[in-house]
Amino acid sequence: MNTKAFTSLSKAMALGMLRDRTAVFFILLFPLMFLLLFGALFKNESTPRVEIVQIGRVEVLDSLPREAREALDDVLNVRKSDDRERALEEVRAGDVDAVVWQDGDRVRMRYSAADPTRAGNARVVVDSLVQQANIAATGQPPAYELSAGQVEDESLKAIQFFTPGLLGWAVAMSAVVGSALTLVNWRRKRILRRLWLAPVGAGSVVAARIGVNVTLALVQTLVFVGVASIPFYGLELTGHWWLSLPLIVCGTLAFMSIGLVVGARTKTEEAANGVAQLVILPMAFLSGAFFPLDSAPTWVRTVSEVLPLKHLNEAMQDVLSRGQGWDAALPVMGGLLLFAAVMTAIAARLFRWDDA
Amino acid sequence: MTTAAITVEGLRKRYGDVRAVDGVSFTVERGEFYGILGPNGAGKTTTLEITEGLRRPDEGEVRLLGESPFPRNPALLRRIGVQLQASAFFEKLSAREQIHTFASLYGVSAERADAMLETVGLTEKAGTREDRLSGGQAQRLSIACALVHDPELVFLDEPTTGLDPQARRNLWDLLRAINDEGRTVVLTTHSMDEAESLCDRVAVMDRGRVLRVGAPADLISELGAASLEDVFLQLTGREYRQ
Repeated sequence: MNTKAFTSLSKAMALGMLRDRTAVFFILLFPLMFLLLFGALFKNESTPRVEIVQIGRVEVLDSLPREAREALDDVLNVRKSDDRERALEEVRAGDVDAVVWQDGDRVRMRYSAADPTRAGNARVVVDSLVQQANIAATGQPPAYELSAGQVEDESLKAIQFFTPGLLGWAVAMSAVVGSALTLVNWRRKRILRRLWLAPVGAGSVVAARIGVNVTLALVQTLVFVGVASIPFYGLELTGHWWLSLPLIVCGTLAFMSIGLVVGARTKTEEAANGVAQLVILPMAFLSGAFFPLDSAPTWVRTVSEVLPLKHLNEAMQDVLSRGQGWDAALPVMGGLLLFAAVMTAIAARLFRWDDA
Repeated sequence: MTTAAITVEGLRKRYGDVRAVDGVSFTVERGEFYGILGPNGAGKTTTLEITEGLRRPDEGEVRLLGESPFPRNPALLRRIGVQLQASAFFEKLSAREQIHTFASLYGVSAERADAMLETVGLTEKAGTREDRLSGGQAQRLSIACALVHDPELVFLDEPTTGLDPQARRNLWDLLRAINDEGRTVVLTTHSMDEAESLCDRVAVMDRGRVLRVGAPADLISELGAASLEDVFLQLTGREYRQ
């Protein structure tokens, strides 16, 4: 391979891309904006505490020992008030979940069914307090005792989900659009023909294009992971997070091969861009880049099996925040490279030197 | 004996039912300024592209500087310079960046590329992007890119189409200077005064065939015509083309 030709072609391609402000915005900044926005919106997605208003003295709440009270603070927020009518108004308006007061030996509770989950939580919490008090009143030791311990939390927080998903979408856009537009533009402006007449091998030209896109994808990865890791967003990286880099490289090759197929048959940059978006956006949705596929219909999950972004996305989640390593990454890398090889072979069959 | 710069023997190329090139033969001597003339759709560009090695002919043989352009021959490509009909420029790059990119493809230094820009009078426009160059400036840049590696043989496809008279005359001076340096130049054109003013010999083509070859003055006297334009119209007729 001719190093000088490789370097100058890489430079020409990189400058051509970076000077196209619209492309820079849509390919680089647009997905990053989504990360900033989604990361902030879904930051505190966990179920909020149950809020109840206590009217006057309520024995089961007031006589709780301090440590029991503190443990309860995680799930229950109790506010004291003397105005029962106003408190009931607040329940009706949905501002608080329930009102509790004591009537002789009866603990009375009124709740709204506006949010059944929260209403249920309020009932369960208050009920368990009443039952505990009942057991204590018998003077007998409890017949059964619950022994609970915490396990490692393996569910994904919002930022751990959005970072690989939106990054995969961003890389797919820059790679598919990048290779499709270069191919169409170079054919239309006859640069392909001109390069054929220059003493450079196809290897240098292809390597330059891959080099530019892979560099871009790695920069995107570092920016995304960097932004998500600032304390405000709070992405925590696990041991093998750097495996995301070779994964992204393989993903870039797979997406570039899609771009080659798109660019092989489209005649104008506008058409190429349109077709590319027509491929990328459904692929991103079906691959779970924007929201999880857990509750998606079976056929959606079946379709998603053939999409490279879906596999890249899952492997990225695994190595970035699920603490997995080579076992999760290697098969996906192999699959992405195989996909790239097949699509490139198809593109080579469809390829044309000239428009007509 | 030195071989001719170009020998073309019995080229044929069909696209579907259309015989774009239908048995073309010609020879260009070293150092010659050779013109290929013809109305639109005569097969000039296809003939030129086959000769350059961009397309394979269905039949026939091409020799450039004694070598075959098929299969692609990098050693031969270093010795020829090509300006394609449309200016093949990299998007969003300045004139200087264009010629530097092409220079490095041929392993030519940046100084030599800048000197070439000076030769075609574009030093002042070096920082201008390709899409903001005028038609004449773009043609000159395109020719500079074709010449940057000092080729022995230069192909120019309609280099003065769409230029104003000033730009055309300046380009003619440039092309004459290129030829005076000893390079063989082949150009296609449908401007008869251009061919008359520049070419040592011309080949008049129509419907995929070469109708006549000769020095412009010889053709005029042979056919008893007043100018090369009359020769051209006598040979190719007056009906509209494409």
